[in-house]
Parts: sequence; structure tokens; C-alpha cells
Amino acid sequence: MAERERSHARPRRALFVPRVQVMTADDVRRAVVRMAHEIAERNRGLHDVVLVGLQTGGVPLAERIALTLAESEGLELPVGTLDVAFYRDDIGLRPVLPEATTDISFDLTGTTVVLVDDVLFTGRTIRAALNALGEYGRAQAVQLAVMVDRGHRELPIRPDYVGKNLPTSRDEMVDVSEDGVSLGELVER
Amino acid sequence: MEDLTAADIAEILEVSDSFVEVGRRANPKVPSLRGRTVATLFLEDSTRTRMSFETAAKRMSADVLSFAAGSSSIKKGESLRDTIETIEAIGIDAVIVRHASAGVPAQITKWVEHCSVINAGDGWHQHPTQALLDLYTVREAFGGGAKAMERFDGLKVAIVGDIRHSRVARSQIAGYTALGAKVTLVAPATLLPPSLEGWPVEVTHDFDDVLERVDVVSLLRLQAERGSGAFVPTLREYTSGFGLTTSRAARLKEGTLILHPGPMVRGVEIASDVTDLPGALITAQVRNGLAVRMAVLFLMLGQGSRPPVRPDTPGRTNGDDGARGAEPDVSAAGDDGAIDRDGGPMGQQGGEA
Repeated sequence: MAERERSHARPRRALFVPRVQVMTADDVRRAVVRMAHEIAERNRGLHDVVLVGLQTGGVPLAERIALTLAESEGLELPVGTLDVAFYRDDIGLRPVLPEATTDISFDLTGTTVVLVDDVLFTGRTIRAALNALGEYGRAQAVQLAVMVDRGHRELPIRPDYVGKNLPTSRDEMVDVSEDGVSLGELVER
Repeated sequence: MEDLTAADIAEILEVSDSFVEVGRRANPKVPSLRGRTVATLFLEDSTRTRMSFETAAKRMSADVLSFAAGSSSIKKGESLRDTIETIEAIGIDAVIVRHASAGVPAQITKWVEHCSVINAGDGWHQHPTQALLDLYTVREAFGGGAKAMERFDGLKVAIVGDIRHSRVARSQIAGYTALGAKVTLVAPATLLPPSLEGWPVEVTHDFDDVLERVDVVSLLRLQAERGSGAFVPTLREYTSGFGLTTSRAARLKEGTLILHPGPMVRGVEIASDVTDLPGALITAQVRNGLAVRMAVLFLMLGQGSRPPVRPDTPGRTNGDDGARGAEPDVSAAGDDGAIDRDGGPMGQQGGEA
């Protein structure tokens, strides 16, 4: 590895500059509670329901939904995490790196998987996630929960549970965190 | 290897974590390098490294071609350069090279336009993936993750054996040193390089003296095919002075890690029962080698714009960045629109690993 050049190993990382807050922390909390209840309502009894959060934004959301369901339904749902880097369709077109490791310690065969992510945009991440899920067993059904659906779908994918529908332009960015949801731009640092 | 910073190494090891997880699945194959073709060009004997690289490529759905010197046109008198140009003309995305002469992989990078070159060992010079898998194995033994990386700082590592002929040792020294570890070379004077000037290491000829102080013992094979037999009076004498015998192993601190790049010669540099100690990670090294090589291949072929950009040539300090294609369009990149998905820390990294 002596022969690798150093000068550009680390690209500039773009900085998110929020312009307007569209959901407060309380709004996000309420949306989580509502989505959790919708999941319980639709999957009566929550039999064989598992939550899988997409790395990295979907993971805390999946955990919060699981926590809410534990309180309201008295049921502890299994929560897994999934990184879809190796299943993307744009490998080789742009830098793709795993964000974190996948951790699904249960067999998905016969379960109803609720995929959880923070932002739904083109739908390509979800397509990759559907492919990746197949490696862990044949789920009976897969549902999708997202905090923000920002439109611009490029694939026939739609969410089952949505925190907020947020019309955006393509070059805007959406940031979801515990403190709320903001709309803004990426600025090259 | 020498050009890798601690942060680079940390990134490669983090990506390796993901591939370790892939290896645990019922179906340990991912489609990440589908449509890519990888060739192994091993002009020197190897079993584990070649098998490891080929398996790594296949587990990422790449197509693998295997060149061996004996069955290729090299035997008919074709020059290495012509062979490489043929390989590139066929449209291979990466070539994994092992050669008995130092610097061959680096030279090859100057001959190719689009093909990535991975050094799988060149002469006495470097064997980067071996050093990386050693680092991964030590990090795993420390519990993995960022916390384990911190433990490399000040870690005492003894590299024991035939340093003179060992490309593994040269890569290991660079890797451990980059992470802040202190390396001590343990070898008879005949098995040390003629000059150690500029090497960030301490040297001792007394293995017994360092036994109780080190955290990691990394053994090297006595390389008979490079003539190291002539550098020691007898194998028995070598073993009594520098072999990790049962009695030496008993004097190691508790928790001392024992590594060996393989192939090991039991009874010479390591006693047979030492390999069964809990601190002996030799099997883990082979297992992790697969994940680390998957990570290296993925980082080289899974990045940047297609066709792959020109690999780097050695020793250049200022970038020919322009030749590497455009910087990724960050705003268009995050396809779910969340800011934390854009680009990776490693970014566009072609070139030689």
C-alpha cells in the first residue's frame, strides 16, 4: 500500500445548512407515537412483527417506535439494523461505503418486517433494502415506515406509515434528528 | 502501506466489519461488485493469499480470472508489461499481483490506464493486506470498534523471526507504527536487514528479554525459499533462540496475542501446542483476511465513477487529481435525501491498496 496517493483520500464533506424547521422535536415525538399506533392497528396483535431500521437514520426511529409499542401494547418487538451499501445500484458511480454493520439476529422467514427509515426520496435505498432483507429469510410481508416522505420517487415504492409528507425540490436536503426535521441545503465545505 | 494514515486504516477496518457480518450469513454473498472482473496474477507461489483474494472477489459477485505463471504466456517469453497490457485490453477492472521482485505492482500501475492494481506481496518489500488483517485481528481481540483502535496507542508489539526477507514485517511495521504502537524486532543479526536506518523500531537479539513486556507477538516464518536457512546455523538453534516454544509462551503476560501470517512451520518458529492457546489468533487471521480483502476490493472498485480512474503511482506527492474524474456530486448523491448518507469518509479512492 506504499503506492497509494494521499492527497485526495478524504473528500470534502458537505455541510448541511438548515433553512427552515418543518417539524419540532414534539412534532417528531407525536408522529412516532401515531406511526407506532398505526403499525399496531394494521398488524393486529403485532404477531411476528419485527422492526428493521436502515443505517443510520432509520435506526433511532425504529428504536423509538419499538419503545412506544412496548409502552402501549406491552410487547417488545425485535429490532434489527440493516446497512444496504452492498446492494445499491450506484456502486461504482459514486462513493459508496457501509455506514455501519447490519445486525439482524433473528430469522425473518414468516415475519412481517417493518422497514424504518428517516427520509424517503427516490426509493432506491428501499429497493436495496428489499434485496438485502432477502438474505435473512423470506418475510411474509414487508411494510415501510418513514418519518419524512419528500417525493421524487424513481421506483414504484410507497410508504405504509408516514410521519410527514414534505414537498421538496430535488436539490434541497432534509435532516431528521431528535430535535426535529429541517429543510435546508448542502454546502461544500 | 507506509502511506496509510491511522484514519485510513481505521476506515478499511470499519468496512471490513461489514464484510465480517456478510461472512456470518447463511448466504455470504453480496452483489456489490457484480459485473466487475478481477484477475489474480501470482508470479510467485501462494495458496492462502490467492484463495483469500479469489474468494473475497467471488463473495462480492465479481468474476475472477486466475493467471498462474506456469500456464500463461509468460512461459512463452511474453514480458510482464505485455501480459499486463493484455489483461487490461480484455477489460479487467483490477489485477491482484504477487511477484518475487519488489516494486512490481507499483511499476504495473504506470502501465495501466483503468485497471486497479492490488499488491498481494512483492519480494521483500510489502504485503499490505496481510498487515491490515493482522491489525483487524488485534482490533477484534480488543473488542472491535473505535475503542479498540485507541488501544493501539502505545501497544508493545514484537515481530519475531526473519525480518530480512519478510515483506509482511515491513508492512506490519508501517501499520502498527501508524496506529501508535511500539514495534520491537526480535531476530538474530543475520536475519535483520543490512540497515535499519529510518525504521521506527527497536531491535533486540534476545527474545526472552522482551517476553514479559509485550502485548502482541507476531511471528514470521523462516523463509527457506529465500535462503534464510543459510542465515542461521541450524533450525534447532534458531528455535532455541527465537522460536515461541511452550516454555516461552508460558512466560508471556496474560492476554498476550500471538499472530502468525502463515504458512507456519510447527516446531521451528512456533511450538505446536502454542497454536492452541487462547491468545493464538492464527485461524482468526485467515478468517479476517477474507473480510479485509473484500473491504480493499470494495474500496477500490466500489468507489468513484465508472470506468475506474487511473490508479496511483508510487511516491507522487502532488495529485493528478484531475485524471480521477469529477468529485462526486454530493447533492445528487444522497438518494434518500438525508444528509448522513452522502459520500463516505474514504470518498474517491482508486489506486493501489
